[in-house]
Amino acid sequence: MAVTKTEPINGSTTKSSAPPLPSMPLKSDLLSILSLKSLRLKTKQQELLIRVSILCLVYVLAFITRLFSVLRYESMIHEFDPYFNYRTTLFLTQKGFYEFWNWFDSESWYPLGRIIGGTLYPGLMVTAAMMYWGLRFLRFAVHIREVCVLTAPFFASNTTLVAYFFGKEIWDTGAGLVAAVLIAICPGYISRSVAGSYDNEGVAIFALLLTFYLFVKAVNTGSLAWGLASAFGYFYMVSAWGGYVFIINLIPLYVLALLITGRYSMRLYVAYNCMYVLGMLLAMQIRFVGFQHVQSGEHMAAMGVFFLMQVFYFLDWVKHLLNDKKLFEAFLRITVTCAVGVGSIALGVGTASGYISPWSGRFYSLLDPTYAKDHIPIIASVSEHQPTAWSSFMFDFHILLFLFPAGLYFCFKRLSDATIFIVMYGLTSMYFAGVMVRLILVATPAVCLISAIAVSATIKNLTMLLRTKSKVSQTGSTKGTGGGKTSSKAMLDQSQPFQRNGAIALLFGAFYLLSRYAIHCTWVTSEAYSSPSIVLAARGAHGNRVIFDDYREAYYWLRQNTPPDAKVMSWWDYGYQITAMGNRTVIVDNNTWNNTHIATVGRAMSSYEDEAYEIMRSLDVDYVLVVFGGVTGYSSDDINKFLWMVRIGGGVFPVIKEPDYLVNGEYRVDKGAAPKMLNCLMIWNSDLVTSYPHQNHNDLRTYKSIWMYKLSYYRFGELMTEYGKPPGYDRARGVEIGNKDIKLEHLEEAFTTSNWIVRIYKVKPPNNRW
Amino acid sequence: MGFRFDLLLLFTTLVLLSTITPTVLSDVILSKVDRRIDLTSQIVRVTSTLKVENAGPDPVSEVLLTFPEIQAKDLAYLTATLNEGKGKVKKSGSNLLINVAKPEELPPSLIFHSVSLPKALGEGDSLTIDVLAVFTHALRPFPEEITQADIQLVLFQDTAHYLSPYAVKVQSLTVKLPKARIETYTKLENTNIHGSDIKYGPYENLPPFSYAPIAVHFETNQPFAVAQELVREIEISHWGNVQVTEHYNVVHQGAKSKGEFSRLDFQARPHLRGASALRNLVAKLPPRAHSIYYRDEIGNISTSNVWGDPKKTELVIEPRYPLFGGWRTTFTIGYGLPLQDFLFGLEGKRFLNFSFGSPINDLVTDNLIVKVVLPEGSNDISISTPFPVKQGQETKISHLDVAGRPVVVLEKTNVVPEHNQYFQVYYRFNKLSMLREPFMLISGFFILFVSCIVYMHVDMSISKSSASYLAKLQWDEVRATIQQVVSIINQCLSKHERLEASLHDLSRTGDVQACKTARKTADSLFKEYSKELKPLLSFLQSSPQATQILPKVEELVAKEKELQERLIAKHSTIVDCYEKKIGGRELENRVASHQQKVVALKQEVDDLLDYIEEI
Repeated sequence: MAVTKTEPINGSTTKSSAPPLPSMPLKSDLLSILSLKSLRLKTKQQELLIRVSILCLVYVLAFITRLFSVLRYESMIHEFDPYFNYRTTLFLTQKGFYEFWNWFDSESWYPLGRIIGGTLYPGLMVTAAMMYWGLRFLRFAVHIREVCVLTAPFFASNTTLVAYFFGKEIWDTGAGLVAAVLIAICPGYISRSVAGSYDNEGVAIFALLLTFYLFVKAVNTGSLAWGLASAFGYFYMVSAWGGYVFIINLIPLYVLALLITGRYSMRLYVAYNCMYVLGMLLAMQIRFVGFQHVQSGEHMAAMGVFFLMQVFYFLDWVKHLLNDKKLFEAFLRITVTCAVGVGSIALGVGTASGYISPWSGRFYSLLDPTYAKDHIPIIASVSEHQPTAWSSFMFDFHILLFLFPAGLYFCFKRLSDATIFIVMYGLTSMYFAGVMVRLILVATPAVCLISAIAVSATIKNLTMLLRTKSKVSQTGSTKGTGGGKTSSKAMLDQSQPFQRNGAIALLFGAFYLLSRYAIHCTWVTSEAYSSPSIVLAARGAHGNRVIFDDYREAYYWLRQNTPPDAKVMSWWDYGYQITAMGNRTVIVDNNTWNNTHIATVGRAMSSYEDEAYEIMRSLDVDYVLVVFGGVTGYSSDDINKFLWMVRIGGGVFPVIKEPDYLVNGEYRVDKGAAPKMLNCLMIWNSDLVTSYPHQNHNDLRTYKSIWMYKLSYYRFGELMTEYGKPPGYDRARGVEIGNKDIKLEHLEEAFTTSNWIVRIYKVKPPNNRW
Repeated sequence: MGFRFDLLLLFTTLVLLSTITPTVLSDVILSKVDRRIDLTSQIVRVTSTLKVENAGPDPVSEVLLTFPEIQAKDLAYLTATLNEGKGKVKKSGSNLLINVAKPEELPPSLIFHSVSLPKALGEGDSLTIDVLAVFTHALRPFPEEITQADIQLVLFQDTAHYLSPYAVKVQSLTVKLPKARIETYTKLENTNIHGSDIKYGPYENLPPFSYAPIAVHFETNQPFAVAQELVREIEISHWGNVQVTEHYNVVHQGAKSKGEFSRLDFQARPHLRGASALRNLVAKLPPRAHSIYYRDEIGNISTSNVWGDPKKTELVIEPRYPLFGGWRTTFTIGYGLPLQDFLFGLEGKRFLNFSFGSPINDLVTDNLIVKVVLPEGSNDISISTPFPVKQGQETKISHLDVAGRPVVVLEKTNVVPEHNQYFQVYYRFNKLSMLREPFMLISGFFILFVSCIVYMHVDMSISKSSASYLAKLQWDEVRATIQQVVSIINQCLSKHERLEASLHDLSRTGDVQACKTARKTADSLFKEYSKELKPLLSFLQSSPQATQILPKVEELVAKEKELQERLIAKHSTIVDCYEKKIGGRELENRVASHQQKVVALKQEVDDLLDYIEEI
């Protein structure tokens, strides 16, 4: 009877007539079996429940992880561009859509002004305004600022949903779920979508992914409805961000790749034509985009592929009619030659006649990373347009960086129309991410999706291994009769030794990696991406938090204590903030549409005071604002940006030469600085200035400092910044400044913030002649 | 020169005055007048103690107070109290009623206020009145513009003689100045200076409307913080909170700043360079104030501090930048207060008892608007204020409001801290209306979920005859059938387990009979099941939608059947063995082949079930 005794009691049910063993383990076993049974009956619903709850959690997680900045600081708009978006949204909600559409803004680009309605992507503002009006309609008395601050996290949450569906479309639900989780916390995306980062990208990434998803869905199903949806997704993307050019080039590229690999199908034809034609027509409704879809070089690839599709379709039809293979081949040759010939002639004529505009500088700078540096300093001067360093890839992607190739491997193993798309999206966007730091953002969804495929496929394989083994062994042990035999059989099944243990170890490894990823993402979000950059925080000597709120101090001072029509000149970085927070007219701002105007300001900043004064008079400037970090050690101030002012100014006005400001190719502000930068030998003398209006820098007898230097360091020489250092010690650059005796002739200090970060000068009226 | 002009105006007034003969009011004489003018802050407080005596035969029931028009426009607050305590207990009298009076035959450049006496004054009787008059904007910066390094000098003008329609027997005046330099002051007879006090008088037996202009030019570094507009919004929530939001528009109305502002000087020598700058404001909030915030249009202002004790909450706020003369700033402070401290019930009505003015010390408010937002559904609203204010009503739409909340608007110009008195707003409110907003939220979610459920269960297809729709219907049917098949198979499987269990019992108890009955019931059940399966399978075979899944289902059924047979075979073998008392190894050998088959089949059936359920 040994056998029957060894039989485990799992098989018994509650209704067994025999007296059950009155022990607790038995009961719990029974319970577990009961619950297991009830589970088994509705595995499907359970799976759905788990999936939905995971998605809900991810949705919430994506939102709350972006709220660090609100908790650390306050519910405020961050950075530079968001202030413009906020200002326009405010205008939209106050004045209505038509006023907004026809808005001519005289408060910026004085004296030129700017046609706001025609030079912006209205998607973000309209979205925020709609949400605002919707909430108001539902009687939630929210402030428009709160809506704007939370727009980006809200859309990030929506992006996770799209990522789930996209992942489901290209792989399976598991990959979709993993993609949703990965993208919810990926730093590359969080960097542009924390609360308060009210920028186009926050909405645009959602629109981008949605368009791609809908397009892939359309290709997979060949349904007009999905094609239409993707056209509307594209329209939303066009209305939201200039990055739509990526879509309108990637999709044709993808279609072309499918054509070349012989994957042409009716589904593809329907999807692409519907998406392209409708998308193009819809996109033309955006004033800023206008007829670019038919007139600019950047959009020609899409049109070419569109015509190519028609040729393909035509050929297919002819092939269907012609039974003779030879005849068809001849026909094919002629048609293709003709089509290509006509296309290239049309392109050539269009370009030559100027109907089709050539590629813009921004586009060139993407294809050739060195282009901007040589030709468009204004693009090169922006830190987010620099080529990406490896560290920032690691910073923004963490484990995704090596999961990405793994995911590519899985994609290639299971090639389909959808995986080809994601592979192409991943590879192209990775290239662009390498060219420009900010385009990491565009690559993030692709990287997350592809990595999700890797994670999901790996874990699925591992668990499959684990589950089949355990099942066999479980059944083996349940039916323990001749246990030795079954177990030996199970052993035989294992093709490799320690497979199960290996799988468990690998699963733990994967779990460890993913948890490291989560930790890294949270850390990066809280430490690096959640500061508003308007308010600076530092640790004091006792570990307490010190807040430098100088920017707002200065802007608010401007807003309250200058005449309402005052014109403020500053470097273009601060233009949007001055108009939004200071409510004053600026000469140049972050919408760098007029290079000459910016160069004029750059020239003023890099000339002597008299020349600068002339420029300011001609621009009607009342106040000058400079940012100076010498007292606090804030390094992104105007002195450090100064060389870019020289370069941009010099790009238009050859009078400004960069070497004049350098000593042996080095940029310095101390005693060893370039003679043009400061007056180092003789005390500055106002009489001499008038007698030598245009000094040669080789003339060592007398110098005056260039203007930016004077504005930044005015009376700085008297200030003790650091204990044990001489007065006038610049903490941002770690040197004692070269010229401590600076006098201003045409300006007077109007306001300096408490930590000296922003200094505002008032332009004096010209002296009376008599 | 503003002040010269003012002096001129005063003189002309006086010239005018001296020409008229004030015979009408000469019954009353002021036997003693003591005036103290406090100039230590920007708010000028004039305290006068008048001893009123009735010299005429007729009883006098009111006393006239006189201010020149130019002063009267700055008059913010005026009270008169009866002083009965003979100097010992000062605060004994109650406030007397004051009205603006316009006696005839007196020039319009004088403004009169008449104080009604509690009881008429008979012949020869006398009583003492304390009059407090508070003036704003009475100190005029001179020079009007100063640089950062200059000190702020202000000029004050008044009369050394008490301006009154009555004759004054004895009078004196004390001007209290801040402890700082006095530039100049008008020297009359009997003028003394004690430290920072200037004393004029005593003067005796002056006729009505006597006037002696004086001007005091002195240094004061008090910041002249003036709120040009202050909107206080007091919102009552019956969930237990009174939310106060105050929007300030503050300007420094001292001497205007001109020339450079040097941060270096301001930081290095704050008391010499920028002595009169407004650095901070102190607000005394009610006790237990919570969720205090301090912000402006562009965000939170981080320079503020709060101290709380059981008596008050003190909030020190610094503007974003120091306010020099002529500079302005706007900001908002807000705080929540516990409802039970301010809301009381009275005869079925509720009333809010709240202070009127700004909680900020030494702040002059040019235009104060107090809005009391009552909960939605309040009615029968009435207001009682200690001094006259302009009243209005509006509605405000806030969270989850349908009709909007009634708002009581009180407006008053020229408000000084003396106006910080309690006013009351009475209203009726039904407690049940409190539940409306939660109910709205709940019903909103309810409707949302119900509509989701309805959407999931309603057939939304437009064409009921299209091919795809029919196919979908068929597919649904097929799925339902497969579901049934699967559930039957599952039941079979559970029966299998039951059989196995009976074998267990057998092994434990050796009760062959029980085992056999179990077998019998199982057999009948299996038959039933196979009967049930038949129509389902035939339906699947006929349906075109099921062609793909059909082989799997058939396989499943076949495997299950085989499994069943095997199991029964095993069962009968074991039972046989027990009956024949064959034990141990023999039994094991007989069963082993069945057992293996059973295990393998079970595995296959499980896999198939999984596969089918995936669809």
